[in-house]
Amino acid sequence: MSSPFVQSMLAAAETMPPAHKLLDAQRRERLQAFVEHGLPTTRREAWKYTSLRALEQRSFVAVDPDAPVEVDAAQWALPGVDGPRLVFVDGVFRAELSRLDALPAGLRLQPFAAPAEAKQATQDDMLAIYRQEIRRTRDADHAFTNLDLALARSGAILVVEQDAVLTQPIHLVFAGAPASQALAWHTRNMLLVESGARASVVEHHLGWGEQSYLSNAFSDIQVDRGGTLELIVLQQSAAKATLIRHTDCHLGAAATLRLHVLELGGGLVRHDLHARLAGEGARLDTRGVFMLRERQHVDTQLAIHHQAPNTASDSVWRGVADERARGVFRGAIKVAEGADGADAALSNKNLLLSAQAEIDTKPELEIYADEVKAAHGATIGQLDERALFYLRSRGIPLAEARALLTAAFCRAVLQDLPNEALREHLSTLLSERLPADEAA
Amino acid sequence: MLKIENLHARVEGKEILKGLTLSVKPGEVHAIMGPNGAGKSTLGNVLAGRDGYEVTAGSVSYGGVDLLALEPEERAAAGVFLALQYPVEIPGVNNTYFLRAALNAQRRHRGEPELDSMKFLKLVREKLKIMQISDELLHRAVNEGFSGGEKKRNEIFQMAVLEPSLAILDETDSGLDIDALKQVAEGVNALRSSERSFLVVTHYQRLLDYIVPDFVHVLADGRIVESGDRSLAQRLEQQGYAWLAEHGEPAGAAT
Ligand SMILES: Nc1ncnc2c1ncn2[C@@H]1O[C@H](COP(=O)(O)OP(=O)(O)OP(=O)(O)O)[C@@H](O)[C@H]1O
Ligand SMILES: [Mg+2]
Repeated sequence: MSSPFVQSMLAAAETMPPAHKLLDAQRRERLQAFVEHGLPTTRREAWKYTSLRALEQRSFVAVDPDAPVEVDAAQWALPGVDGPRLVFVDGVFRAELSRLDALPAGLRLQPFAAPAEAKQATQDDMLAIYRQEIRRTRDADHAFTNLDLALARSGAILVVEQDAVLTQPIHLVFAGAPASQALAWHTRNMLLVESGARASVVEHHLGWGEQSYLSNAFSDIQVDRGGTLELIVLQQSAAKATLIRHTDCHLGAAATLRLHVLELGGGLVRHDLHARLAGEGARLDTRGVFMLRERQHVDTQLAIHHQAPNTASDSVWRGVADERARGVFRGAIKVAEGADGADAALSNKNLLLSAQAEIDTKPELEIYADEVKAAHGATIGQLDERALFYLRSRGIPLAEARALLTAAFCRAVLQDLPNEALREHLSTLLSERLPADEAA
Repeated sequence: MLKIENLHARVEGKEILKGLTLSVKPGEVHAIMGPNGAGKSTLGNVLAGRDGYEVTAGSVSYGGVDLLALEPEERAAAGVFLALQYPVEIPGVNNTYFLRAALNAQRRHRGEPELDSMKFLKLVREKLKIMQISDELLHRAVNEGFSGGEKKRNEIFQMAVLEPSLAILDETDSGLDIDALKQVAEGVNALRSSERSFLVVTHYQRLLDYIVPDFVHVLADGRIVESGDRSLAQRLEQQGYAWLAEHGEPAGAAT
């Protein structure tokens, strides 16, 4: 009766190693909840533009953590990012590919493994995460969150201790290796920046095989009083990959989170980014861009919740879709009662490069507080014909002119990234996503 | 050399050029004057290959090549340059970067080696002597936030760097103050040579005191209706375009 997808997830649950009995109980409960609700349909508002009907008909095999994998570490090398590194391949932690020796003082960086196999410390970490989760989403019917809680066997734990200032960016690598069958894995990450601490983290999703896979990740981010986290998300999943991410951010008083997101790869990509500005004076800057081709489908759901006075959020998102690609963006800002003096700005501009491409954008603004400054705007357009002609009339060929204007369109997203080597590299990656040949 | 014969062109289904004939030899400067809406900018756009301008009859050859068969970028590489009446702002694209990309694209197209950034900067410094624009403008986004006059100077600066063999200047003098007008004219004069031709579209004979044309044409209702030397411009300045009506058949009709 249940779909191939659900059946394959049930089969995966059978392969889970036994854990702490509280965890086991919790996992069963979550699996139950997932089976009960199934995958969301497009009748759900949050999934209106992203259909999972094709996914529902597919089945995935659980990853065997002991199976050997052959990967080349050069795949995830990034200029300007050569500090500590945690590498997961197909959701399995790979110590030999990671760089965890000589961690700077004040940084705790480690994977958590399945608790039965893990040292005491990681068991405690995982239990802590689960308890937090139980508190927060007691009766959530979020299919992928439930799946993650039921089936996650690994993930990154990153703690920047109080007042520690880390200069080198930390590289979290989530790679999908080429495989002979469609695999699925679920990861659970926790990033904690304690009060007064500062760090920069690169969350890097990538894959390069022909095979499809499902990577489902839940990340918990917390920045405590006066802390600053700079998070760069680079998404270069394989062409047939399904990537589902849920990022939950909690900002304390005077905490700052600066986020840059580049969505370049993947076949079906969904990112739910929820941020709570819970402490007075918290600040969130988000910059994001998707650059899509072929039949890619990328859906970003941004929900920013101002819960305390004098909180500020500034979001700048750009979307580019070429060929038959489909982009979805929802930017929802809510300023709760009592969050007086909040300042919330969101700009989402989109560019359609072909008549078959589609982008849906939906800004939402709800304000229940006083003295709030809010600016909100979304546009969808094409390349400016006048500018195109101007460039061509000076000798720049059409394809190059289009690439130049598209790159310029996306520039706003990267310009305030302080790591210059990385910024240059990301900007090149963006340009390279553009089709070399003209298909106007 | 440029040879336009019986050119008919439509914009949005409306016929704008109605049998325009004009020949420009290497080294010549031709001024084109004419009332608003006569089709002067349309002529420039048709020559530069802008989309949306449909040629329904006639021909344009340039250096023996059918210009109308070329893409805009190919025309540029062949030496055609159009200084726009309303230069376009391109946010996010650096002015110098743009100019180097343009020059190198043209050089590639002609099979010449590209200029590296050192050589290009040397060229830029040299060309700044012909058309002065500030360092700040060089490094800003193309025309973004430029004043009207700065945009026009930027067009001439681009021309100096790209060294076209046919430059079409569409009202480059409009909106310039007296000093800027002189500087622009000096820039153009510095680029005059026996190989380079100019089509100078203007409403004001004052520009022609500085850029002395070999010929002056009146373009009205999509045709060249009168041609002469620079005294024609002075006459237009005094009498306006009304006297042309009494003047009989359009000049284009005779050829
Ligand atoms: N893209 C367009 N769409 C519709 N009409 C156009 C377009 N471009 C030009 N036209 C029309 O064609 C006619 C000629 O315009 P053009 O710009 O060539 O005149 P002009 O001689 O340059 O005038 P001016 O001296 O005012 O610059 C005008 O009536 C104008 O409205
Ligand atoms: Mg005009």
